[in-house]
Amino acid sequence: MSRIEAEVGTPKGGFMKWIDDRFPFTETMRYHVTEYYASKNFNIWYVFGVLAMVVLVIQLVTGIFLTMNYKPSAAEAFASVEYIMRDVEWGWLIRYMHSTGASFFFIVVYLHMFRAMLYGSYKKPRELIWIIGMLIFLVLMAEAFAGYLLPWGQMSYWGAQVIISLFGAIPWVGDALVEIIRGDYSISDITLNRFFALHVIALPLALVGLVFVHIVALHEVGSNNPDGVEIKNNKGADGVPLDGVAFHPYHTSKDLVAIIVFLMIFSAVVFFAPEMGGYFLEHANFEPANLTATPEHIAPVWYFTPFYAILRAVPDKLWGFILFGMSVILPLFLPWLDKARVKSIRYRGWIYKSALSIFVITFLSLGWLGVQPAEGIYVMAARIFSVLYFAFFLLMPYYTTIDKTKPVPDRVVYHD
Amino acid sequence: MNEDDLDRNRRHFLTVATAVTGVAGAGLVAIPFISSLKPSARAQALGAPVEVPIGSLQGGEMIRVLWRGKLVFVLRRTEEMLAQDPLSADEFKDPNSEVLDQQPDYAANATRSVRPEYLVVEGSCTHLGCAPIEDFEVRPAEGWGGGFFCPCHGSKFDLAGRVYKGVPAPTNLRVPPHRFVRDDLILIGQDTGAA
Repeated sequence: MSRIEAEVGTPKGGFMKWIDDRFPFTETMRYHVTEYYASKNFNIWYVFGVLAMVVLVIQLVTGIFLTMNYKPSAAEAFASVEYIMRDVEWGWLIRYMHSTGASFFFIVVYLHMFRAMLYGSYKKPRELIWIIGMLIFLVLMAEAFAGYLLPWGQMSYWGAQVIISLFGAIPWVGDALVEIIRGDYSISDITLNRFFALHVIALPLALVGLVFVHIVALHEVGSNNPDGVEIKNNKGADGVPLDGVAFHPYHTSKDLVAIIVFLMIFSAVVFFAPEMGGYFLEHANFEPANLTATPEHIAPVWYFTPFYAILRAVPDKLWGFILFGMSVILPLFLPWLDKARVKSIRYRGWIYKSALSIFVITFLSLGWLGVQPAEGIYVMAARIFSVLYFAFFLLMPYYTTIDKTKPVPDRVVYHD
Repeated sequence: MNEDDLDRNRRHFLTVATAVTGVAGAGLVAIPFISSLKPSARAQALGAPVEVPIGSLQGGEMIRVLWRGKLVFVLRRTEEMLAQDPLSADEFKDPNSEVLDQQPDYAANATRSVRPEYLVVEGSCTHLGCAPIEDFEVRPAEGWGGGFFCPCHGSKFDLAGRVYKGVPAPTNLRVPPHRFVRDDLILIGQDTGAA
């Protein structure tokens, strides 16, 4: 019996035995928590997965409470949000937690994805974890988009108008598809009602289900680490990886520190800058939807702007849609685009390091350009960065092949 | 059961037949669910034609009305607006309104209208659906003959809703079906086929 087993307690009889005879509780706890071994050299990049789960819980809980007072109808939606903000006790806090949570969801998910790119976490044998993760990202985008329509403000309405119209660019079926999405000849009460259904039931259900399989797949192959070394290749006499420590209590206590720091930052934003200067809650959305006038300056919320900048950079409707869609989907193929023999950036050559640095600059620049007006120099810059964005992915099979990599150690190492 | 007694062909047939029936059943069940997503009877009824009185509309003035929840512009063009044609045809993607579906046949003419002075177009940019902003001031120095400008992605249209080249909108502003009930009343959403 291992030390960890002693802590949990072997079911010898009594209540736990009664449970375990009917449901694999102790077995599951061991497999996923107390005897799940992850590398001991995790760094700060390894906290964003658990933080994403924390935000998911925040969104689910605040979302349930918002649903109790929100009215999904074009006539009442805007007023019901104002009602939550002004008349419901602590309603403002719950709503600001939800709206801030949306932005923080994307912040931690983007950082979580970047971690995978830094340390090659998407490479064999973790391709499926990455694919499930990308599906989570797609569902999250849909969830955020559907949620943004619900306050029925100016930006809700016209943002949805633009994004739904995108599907009209698909040849032959486009117009019929748009009509099925809206359920009407324009975005209306009917559209709002169905987006509410998607936002509070269908997509969260899909999200929770995908997160579950994401973790099951992760625990099957084991976590990667900053060295990109497979710790399962070096096990001690007890069958435990020499470089691994149990998820609980070791990684959980580290994660707890991260969660506390995260909640400090999150609270600071909720209390002092919930609108974040118009980036988390856009100014135009404080006006109710007006079907006869588009706001002078229309931009999606910040987390969609890198892809939106690519859409706007293309002076053609169909190609704009195609490249926009490709820019979102392309990362899914990273496990096969990346031909390098090593996983971690620590053992990669200067070519990949430069490519990844340029990609980070590109992504941030596209994000900034997406909120600028679509004219002159901004459009030109967006075109250049769009080319760089696609080049990062499409040229990857080439430059990761010629890149000179360093030898990877057998065991994880410490870098002071 | 003895292996020799097993009729594999029969078993295979039954397996395939069961699977096919199951898939067909699932497909049929999907029909009501997908159909429920289409515009309902009420949505279709609310999409009924709207009457637009134009008796008090002066030259150069434009009114905005909603038809099926969609914005429709009704512009009364002046003699000058109709007369001026500072731009040549090759500045437009579809100068002669040849793209079908963007206007009824009776509006596929030089002014894209039933009566030359009244332009009736949907106020929805054919790129991604933003409402274009009217700018009727002629500025030849900028190559601007007056028309509509979309604030979202910079598409430009002339005073007949024709789209300029080099902008993301693929087609001209759509002309909804409409007809003149009287000289001072337009019905949007219904026509007699020939106006």
